[in-house]
Amino acid sequence: MSADTVDNAIATPDKEQPYAALGLKPDEYARIKEILGRRPTSGELAMYSVMWSEHCSYKSSKMYLRQFGQKVTPKMREKLMVGMGENAGVIDIGEGWAVTFKVESHNHPSYIEPFQGAATGVGGIVRDIISMGARPVAIMDQLRFGAVENPDTARVVSGVVGGISFYGNCLGLPNIGGETYFDAVYQGNPLVNALAVGVLRHEDLHLANASGVGNKIVLFGARTGGDGIGGASILASDSFDSTGPTKRPAVQVGDPFAEKVLIECCLELYREGLVEGIQDLGAAGISCATSELAANGDGGMFVELDNVLLRDPTLTSEEILMSESQERMMAVVEPGKLEAFLAVTAKWDVETSVLGEVTDTGRLVIHHNGHEIVNVDPSTVAVDGPVYERPVAYPSWIDALNADSASTLPRPSDGPTLREQFLSLVASPNLADKSMITTQYDYFVMGNTALSFPDDAGMIRVDEESGLGFSVATDCNGRYCQLDPYQGAQLALAEAYRNVSVTGAVPAAVTDCLNFGSPENPEVMWQFQRAVEGLSDACEVMDIPVTGGNVSFYNQTGDVAIHPTPVVGVLGIIDDVARRIPSAWQEEGQNIYLLGHTNLELDGSAWANTIHAHLGGRPPAVDLEREMALGSLLHGAALEGLVTSAHDLSDGGLAQALAEAVTRFGVGARVYLDDILERDGVDAATALFSESTGRVIVSVDRVDDVKFVGLCEARGYPVLRIGVTDRKGVEAELDVQGLFRIPVTEIAQRSAETLPKYFG
Amino acid sequence: MPVFVVEVMPKPEILDPQGKAVAGALSRLGHSEFSAVRMGKRFEVTVDGPITDATRARLEEIAREILSNQVIEDVVSITEVTA
Amino acid sequence: MRIGVITFPGSLDDRDALRAIRIAGAEPVSLWHGEHDLQGVDALVLPGGFSYGDYLRAGAIASHAPIMSEVIDAANKGMPVLGICNGFQMLAEARLVPGAHTRNDVQHFVRRDQHLLVENNSTAWTTKFSAGEEIIIPLKNADGRFIADADTITRIEDNGQVTFRYVGMNPNGSADDIAGVSNERGNVVGLMPHPEHAVEPGFGPDTASHMRSGRDGLRFFTSVIERVLA
Repeated sequence: MSADTVDNAIATPDKEQPYAALGLKPDEYARIKEILGRRPTSGELAMYSVMWSEHCSYKSSKMYLRQFGQKVTPKMREKLMVGMGENAGVIDIGEGWAVTFKVESHNHPSYIEPFQGAATGVGGIVRDIISMGARPVAIMDQLRFGAVENPDTARVVSGVVGGISFYGNCLGLPNIGGETYFDAVYQGNPLVNALAVGVLRHEDLHLANASGVGNKIVLFGARTGGDGIGGASILASDSFDSTGPTKRPAVQVGDPFAEKVLIECCLELYREGLVEGIQDLGAAGISCATSELAANGDGGMFVELDNVLLRDPTLTSEEILMSESQERMMAVVEPGKLEAFLAVTAKWDVETSVLGEVTDTGRLVIHHNGHEIVNVDPSTVAVDGPVYERPVAYPSWIDALNADSASTLPRPSDGPTLREQFLSLVASPNLADKSMITTQYDYFVMGNTALSFPDDAGMIRVDEESGLGFSVATDCNGRYCQLDPYQGAQLALAEAYRNVSVTGAVPAAVTDCLNFGSPENPEVMWQFQRAVEGLSDACEVMDIPVTGGNVSFYNQTGDVAIHPTPVVGVLGIIDDVARRIPSAWQEEGQNIYLLGHTNLELDGSAWANTIHAHLGGRPPAVDLEREMALGSLLHGAALEGLVTSAHDLSDGGLAQALAEAVTRFGVGARVYLDDILERDGVDAATALFSESTGRVIVSVDRVDDVKFVGLCEARGYPVLRIGVTDRKGVEAELDVQGLFRIPVTEIAQRSAETLPKYFG
Repeated sequence: MPVFVVEVMPKPEILDPQGKAVAGALSRLGHSEFSAVRMGKRFEVTVDGPITDATRARLEEIAREILSNQVIEDVVSITEVTA
Repeated sequence: MRIGVITFPGSLDDRDALRAIRIAGAEPVSLWHGEHDLQGVDALVLPGGFSYGDYLRAGAIASHAPIMSEVIDAANKGMPVLGICNGFQMLAEARLVPGAHTRNDVQHFVRRDQHLLVENNSTAWTTKFSAGEEIIIPLKNADGRFIADADTITRIEDNGQVTFRYVGMNPNGSADDIAGVSNERGNVVGLMPHPEHAVEPGFGPDTASHMRSGRDGLRFFTSVIERVLA
């Protein structure tokens, strides 16, 4: 089939084009014709259709995401080196070091082909990090699956975990944390979000722009094949070519070895100063990379598509443009440095081809087989896509939901029932031991992992001499967000902030992955609008900027959308990882303190879910200034080495925090709730299971008691001694005095049995 | 161009957990008449130019030395396929 | 005292091995798979990772790398060589140590703080351990199941070529709980667990006394330094 050329497009203005099948609306198609002054060629149509898709253009979310760039205080700008809009955000962490991080979704592919979907999700986010000029140093994943009892869940879980394990381990990146949740709302729409962090010296920062007329455009990495073409096949189907391979696969297949080699190759290219600009190829492949590089740079580029190295020689022009073959990068190279560039790629056995060069025409021009098949203003493709203002409607069901509080559910007061509910909670899928999953991930590689699961945040050492490092945590409670998306988003930030603070680090930057239902559903748009407003307001109060992130819409099956799930990642800085605080106590005879107030806040809680299968009411109150004060207090405690462990309270409240603290190293505890009951005016069940925010339990060596309590009082933060750490070994137990005692081994066993039962 | 197909299987005495897992899956899906599965590898090796006895001998050596690990695997067949 | 670490395409723990050598007090030397040059080192480490993506078989393609001819030659002349994880797989493929590796019997990647028994403390890499000493070394792999035919197993057991054994639990189904073996001479040792991840306080495996405090791996490197300088 001969390609549709620009000349042909001019000559046949009324040719019918399958724009609707490619996902474009009639008005969008009309707008393209208006922009070009003619009908688009097939290649241009394919480019616009993918680059203007929701996934690439953010057309339904852009108007809301602007708030992250608008609600910015001077303090938020202090450490920010690269903000939103680039491949990943970058912040200065001191001593000439910078850190880049981002979280992204790969939800739909992971339902279709869990293993490869998850694997390529990891590959994609890692390439974003490399393209900033950084060495990737850690990954984390945030997974949400359907109900554990549903047989399809096991299919998705084993594929996703296997895929992340396969790709991440082979890349040699420590997996240092994340989340795993199970809820029926995610049954047909599992969420697989992947986060990656990279480290670079300030001077190594690279951006994705093609500047410098005459600079070469170089494509390197894997060959281009028929991966993930999707829409472009529709164009190909115009005249089916029976001599080609069987119909194009829609799922991309990842090769982590190729990516590992690519990482080392890129880092050497950066070290030698051979790259002016760089972009990774993800969604929309070459068409995205070229249009973005051109739009961000001098605006002009010439590309000879014949020079693309192909895995499949039967690919059409459109298919080459749209291919999503993995493990490919595009660099902008000065002509004088090209030879040195090619020597490095040859050393690493990375296939390379020069596709074209930067021009000053302000147009992206692509030739194939001697014909001009694309001639566009790249910013109309990559930057100035449509911006929708979708209808928004207050959900009809939410008032009734909010009125149905969990405070009316019966709460036990007797020891035996509390004991039973404690163990049910500990064994519930969302709170159960995730070792079955996490033991499939390496965290030793690179030798710089200071903290990893089950600690509250992952921590990586950046500078081996000074000990400078960073902590990362990701959180989101979709049930809270269903009850109130504004508050739920704020709670997600508060929790991630707190999780970073308990390790002794100071929160500095935010990334987010906003997973929602269909934007064509006005009630979902209301949820999205409220969540973004909540998150941006919260970032402003807490003085930490969103440096980048991702939006995933259309997570719904039929009319049923997932719970709004805005995953928030917080990155914090620690001067010396030697001062890190682990999440659980390791010694007998230390005092246990509870920081913060406990109120009757069981709405949306794990207790309401597990014991009563209930979701209703309003999520716990969030006090951002309080969380900041708590963070500051913990930082101070870490600097002086006053606490031997710190664990934040969230899902499952104090009960779950205690369960995790005693089982981690097998050191028991004797706690008493009386002081909580008295000071805060709550009953025992509330003290154990409420999910009030701004709370942390810490263990303190007796010699540091006075100083620690003094620190809390000086900062005016509520603190209560609730117990003491106890024996370790076979006799270790959790003694909640006056109520119940449970051997630590029993807690550990109940927790560890759950996941293997369904997925082992 | 001529192609050789080389088949490599784990030695009979070697435990093959992957084959075993597949057999288990078949049985769980109700296909109980298929009692055992063993999993191996199939290589398609393209030859540039004509096939001589020397080519065949070299391929046999490669099959033994590189395509298989003789400690745990056997080369069960080498077949010429005319494309 | 110079110890070389060979980087193959896909090697992952090469930088960690270099760090471990430095901490142990020797000069770490980075070597490239494609060059026929050991740069005059006194001992060699074949590091962990997924060389060549584990394609064909783990360690198979790497075992034919250009530098391997120099490695085999040096090993046969008595140079101490340590193969860690993927490196052990390479040594087995190159027939420098007996046996072979297949997929873990549990069918997936396993990462754990593994207890090992030091069975033989007379190899170049284990002189600083006591015979029968129990140590903790991180284990992390997918194709770690060590197998060999019955005669080979008998031979290596009788010869004292079993250097390390899994204790507490066998994480991958290895024959006779074998975690590491040596050649007959004792200068070449291969093991699945990673000593280079147990050398720095705060970054090693958990021990009974404290989180991430295990440093048993350091003595692999101090042993070989002592042996070479002796």
